[in-house]
Amino acid sequence: MELMFAGLALGGLYALLAMGLTLQYGVARILNLAYGIFVIAAAFGAYVAKVQLGISPIVALLFSLPLGFGLGWALYSLLLLPLVRRTRAGPQLDIDSLLATFGLMFVIEGALLWIFGGNFYSYSYLSHPVYIAGTPVEANRLVVILVALALTLLLHVGMNRTRLGLAVRAVEVDPATAVLAGIDARTISALVFGVGGAVVAVSGVIISMFLPFSVSMATEFLMKALLVVVMGGLGSISGCLLAGMTLGFGETIVARFIDPGLTLAVNFGLFIVVLSVRPAGIFGRTV
Amino acid sequence: MKRTALLLAISFAIAGFSGSSGQGAENKIRVGWAISKTGSNSIAVATSLLPNYRMWVNDINAAGGLSLKNGRRALVEVVEYDDRSNSEEAVRAIERLITQDKVDIVLPPLGTALNLAVAPTLAKYGYPFLGVTATTDLAPELVKRWPNAFFFIGTGSQYGEGLLTLLEQERKSGELGNKVAMIYAADAFGVDLSMAARKLMARYGFDLVYDKSYPVGIRDMVPILSEIKDRAPDIFLCFSYPPDTLLVTDQAIIAGFNPKVFYTGVGTQYPAYRQRFGHNIDGVMGPGGIDADNSEIQRYFRRINETSGGDTDRFAAPVVYVGLQVLQQAIEHVGSIDRSAIIQDMKTAHFATIFGDVTLGDQQLAKRWLVGQWQDGEFKGIAPADVNGANKPVIPKPAWK
Amino acid sequence: MRSVFVGAIRRGAPAVIIAAVAVPPILIDGYALSVAINVAQYGVMATAWAMFSGPTRYVSLATVAFYGVGVYTAALLGGSMPWAIVLLAAALSGATLAILAGMLTLRLSGVYFVIFTFSLSELLRQIVTWYEVNVHRSVGRYVFLDVAPAHIYSQLLGLLALLLALAWLLRRSRMGLALRIIGADLVVANHIGIDTAKVRVLLFAFSAIFMSTAGAIIAPRWTYVDPAIAFSQTISFEVLIMALFGGVQLLFGPLIGVASLCLVFEYLSIQFPDQLIAFLGLIYLLIVYVMPSGIVPACSAVGQVLALREKAVA
Repeated sequence: MELMFAGLALGGLYALLAMGLTLQYGVARILNLAYGIFVIAAAFGAYVAKVQLGISPIVALLFSLPLGFGLGWALYSLLLLPLVRRTRAGPQLDIDSLLATFGLMFVIEGALLWIFGGNFYSYSYLSHPVYIAGTPVEANRLVVILVALALTLLLHVGMNRTRLGLAVRAVEVDPATAVLAGIDARTISALVFGVGGAVVAVSGVIISMFLPFSVSMATEFLMKALLVVVMGGLGSISGCLLAGMTLGFGETIVARFIDPGLTLAVNFGLFIVVLSVRPAGIFGRTV
Repeated sequence: MKRTALLLAISFAIAGFSGSSGQGAENKIRVGWAISKTGSNSIAVATSLLPNYRMWVNDINAAGGLSLKNGRRALVEVVEYDDRSNSEEAVRAIERLITQDKVDIVLPPLGTALNLAVAPTLAKYGYPFLGVTATTDLAPELVKRWPNAFFFIGTGSQYGEGLLTLLEQERKSGELGNKVAMIYAADAFGVDLSMAARKLMARYGFDLVYDKSYPVGIRDMVPILSEIKDRAPDIFLCFSYPPDTLLVTDQAIIAGFNPKVFYTGVGTQYPAYRQRFGHNIDGVMGPGGIDADNSEIQRYFRRINETSGGDTDRFAAPVVYVGLQVLQQAIEHVGSIDRSAIIQDMKTAHFATIFGDVTLGDQQLAKRWLVGQWQDGEFKGIAPADVNGANKPVIPKPAWK
Repeated sequence: MRSVFVGAIRRGAPAVIIAAVAVPPILIDGYALSVAINVAQYGVMATAWAMFSGPTRYVSLATVAFYGVGVYTAALLGGSMPWAIVLLAAALSGATLAILAGMLTLRLSGVYFVIFTFSLSELLRQIVTWYEVNVHRSVGRYVFLDVAPAHIYSQLLGLLALLLALAWLLRRSRMGLALRIIGADLVVANHIGIDTAKVRVLLFAFSAIFMSTAGAIIAPRWTYVDPAIAFSQTISFEVLIMALFGGVQLLFGPLIGVASLCLVFEYLSIQFPDQLIAFLGLIYLLIVYVMPSGIVPACSAVGQVLALREKAVA
């Protein structure tokens, strides 16, 4: 029982981390390597709000949504659109956008280091046990599970049941044809980057509730998100949840029954196995 | 033509590197350090190393400088680089400090790996090497290889031995049962500690019911804790690093896992730990500790609070400062920057430090706190019991609130 | 006029490289030698990287996986075997790993390949850590080999020379032609009977050999080696950026990138130790937005403008 919640919480965390990234890639075909540092930046935002301004992280969560959206949207429109134009969305875009977002990651990292230094930060919020069928579960980890499920559901419905979602999927499948239907791929991409940014902000705030964080942890979060995204199939929301849970439960089971020393190795092992069998991820279309 | 221009540009760039070096004036001493401002070491650097370095320099300059021969005073001038937690960068930065910036003294980087990476270079140029954060079991052999090297913080096995000696005493006096669960981070200090502890547990006849490593960067301890809880140990030892120390404590509290001895590794002594858990951590043990009633120590922590704008840890930080005090006094004994004389002085002289009067026999600091425990909101030294100011351990620890 | 300029760079490149990189090891010491070692080390890796990733357009982040394997081979065998055997063993283990990884990644393309190679490095790091902790019972290894820095430097230079010579030959061989066709169009390459899979895997292994040998050569420099040092992801990214900065299509492109960026990084870390990481980021952005195909083509573009202006003046 305890293990099941542990697996769920870890899986939920991974899925949550990866969701914004997979959205952004699915539509815009741009892998945003600055993703991890945005998560950390949001965590710092929540820390400042909680410790210095006395704002509850839940309120901070609500504020972070529009802020994250705005930043994501600006990132695409200001920084990435010129690259899309230059490369005409050809194969060179892959490399150029990797480098650009990696550079952006360093710039933000430098700024955060300058403000907060290299130390790690943490605060305590909702870290009391909630008993579910007699099993103690940390309340803030429960929040992770719930938010991850809610977001998956929301995005899934949004993508499949709304007109905007239809437009987004059209761009995903074939940007060139989408234009014929009167859909501007670039506007949609910017919009989705914004939604991705909002998801980043949410995951950052939530992570700050229960994990100590420091600037140097950005690459780790990025890596976790990348694994999940690729395993799930780039651009697939439900794949994201499934892959996140696979990794979460994989880690938990290995830690409990085999050897905790191998928990991180199992992540990459699973990843390589999945990719060798299904090169485009669990839910991925063949590339 | 173009080629010449390019060559010119390159030689210009190289010349630019030495531009900042300029010879120090007579009344200046140049001190250089290359530390991890970024990368995986940056947490420990920001907590334990940098506040000490800055305070030390500030204090010397505020007092009018180091006092040298013939009543001369020399202000300290700093050259600082970032080694990005990378060995090759660290080696190169040290070479640069010595040969380009011509610093008089080099202060060490953080952690065993970087310290050992730069040690051969410092030995080559004959600079005193303060291993204030290098915890290697090879220290006794290394000092033979490097006559300029001094180790202050002790080895993982010393901490393991100190801990097991304490536990064995408490067990004999009937306070403790026999069952131990041990987990450790798969990194240098964690592994060394676990090795020493495992060996002594076998000798003393402890029953080791759980013994596993976990990777640095673990994000969930619930699976491990749930299994350990099932085996109901009296003693829980977790040789951890700062983020996992917070994590394991947090999750033990949630799971209601409250063994008689709860020991966590690096990070237990950090101000962030107390800030996070408040008085809930009373009774938690870890490596290090301080003699909280000693006025010198109290003054040290007050000063570092004032100068760095934040608190520092109760394990490495005071040891780092002892290293700096030794270095400063050795320079003042010699009265000039005669590095081989300074090294010789460090090997033989007595030094007045915040740990009292110390010597560096065998180029190692002999005594320091090996086990500490949070008691009444302070991390007090409890072992070895024969060190002045040792507090009595509180066993069993109070229940989590 | 333009061709004169580009020609000057092409012809001048080797001379500049020799001046900037191959300073005879006996002439320099201390800091300059450290910088030279760094340039030579990255020079080998960036050139080897470009040899595979340039023509095939597969962006590999496995550089540090091979490098780390080399470092560990040296740490394991360095004390007990003759040095030549150690280097050979490093080369072999690099090649073996590359062939395995190459076969696993045959069906991957684009971004998938990038992330696969990235995780490969991380997986290796975790496995080595687990092995060291649970079997060797210590995370770090001590490498007490008294190899003088100048000696390390000469070995790296030798390796670099060998690599450049082989890369030059490769460009003129049938294999080089096959590679260019694969890079241009995989489908066409398959149609005209090129065994694209075999060529790719072989080339991947070939470039890996040099990366792991470089790792083995540099290992004695640090005294202490642990997985975090040997498998540091930054190395992969730095190699990538340096090679791209120089331009991967030219034989000497990556080396020019390495020499210039190493000097720039060095300069920045002296002048702005606190803002270094932000500046690194700005350089990345600069490369992407201002000179996307590398500094040499960018220079020739500038040359073109200058030439036009000269003409106008005349």
